Amino acid sequence: MTMKVGSRQVDGVTIVDCSGRITLGEGSVVLRDTVRDLLSKGNKKIILNLQDVNYIDSSGIGELVSAFTTTKNQGGELKLLNLTKKVNDLLQITKLYTVFDVKDDETSAVKSFK
Amino acid sequence: MDREPPVAEIEPTSSMAMTEQKVSYTMDSSLETIDSAEEKATRIAAELGFGEDEVMQISMAVREGAVNAVLHGNAYAPDKKVTLAFERTAEDFIITIRDQGPGMDLSKIPNPLAPENLLKTSGRGIFLMRSFMDVVEIRPSKAGTELKLIKHVHGPTAGGKEASQ
Repeated sequence: MTMKVGSRQVDGVTIVDCSGRITLGEGSVVLRDTVRDLLSKGNKKIILNLQDVNYIDSSGIGELVSAFTTTKNQGGELKLLNLTKKVNDLLQITKLYTVFDVKDDETSAVKSFK
Repeated sequence: MDREPPVAEIEPTSSMAMTEQKVSYTMDSSLETIDSAEEKATRIAAELGFGEDEVMQISMAVREGAVNAVLHGNAYAPDKKVTLAFERTAEDFIITIRDQGPGMDLSKIPNPLAPENLLKTSGRGIFLMRSFMDVVEIRPSKAGTELKLIKHVHGPTAGGKEASQ
């Protein structure tokens, strides 16, 4: 299953609902293009909802890092929401859990933006 | 005379679950090969009786190994092949991935857990393989790199194990 994304606005925050696989190739490209498109349109408060992402490889992890740093470098903030156990475990062993702001509740995630 | 070695494109069946068996594939240097290697690893590991978490670990390690072979080893070169072999011994499930690239320089593999590397967008593949498998051997040479991934059949699982970088 390839990756699919859909975005919606909640109180000035863009929530990107991702599903499928973030892996080398199409999945990584979709995520990259989505975040760049949002930033180019001035949407700098971004939540990636990864609830339905069931697989991610090292390229996908790299793409998450890239999305995080690109957003930050443009004065924005990118947070992660609703990690599956597999993705959560990956972020733990790669120590990226300490880098990302990870949320498990959409309402509080939206409110957490300054 | 055909100089190409015969391609052992044997579909693994339940016979893999028997004692000592080996199956190998010669594949193109393409994205499709990466997905195919992952699918084969998942199927064979499940057939061998590994649990769901271990199947996922093996599957991810093989995917990372295939990515290294296709991208960093063969650099998508159409004339270079990736060889993937699955072997079941009495104690181990052994996956060997060979490429025909210039040979990986092991001294240039950074520690992805170092604070200065945490925000790098690449360099986690070998770390993940070491996290998920019991043994990871990398043998670079001028003729290519051979990667051996081993999961013990009856040993402790590698789940949650820190990599030994």
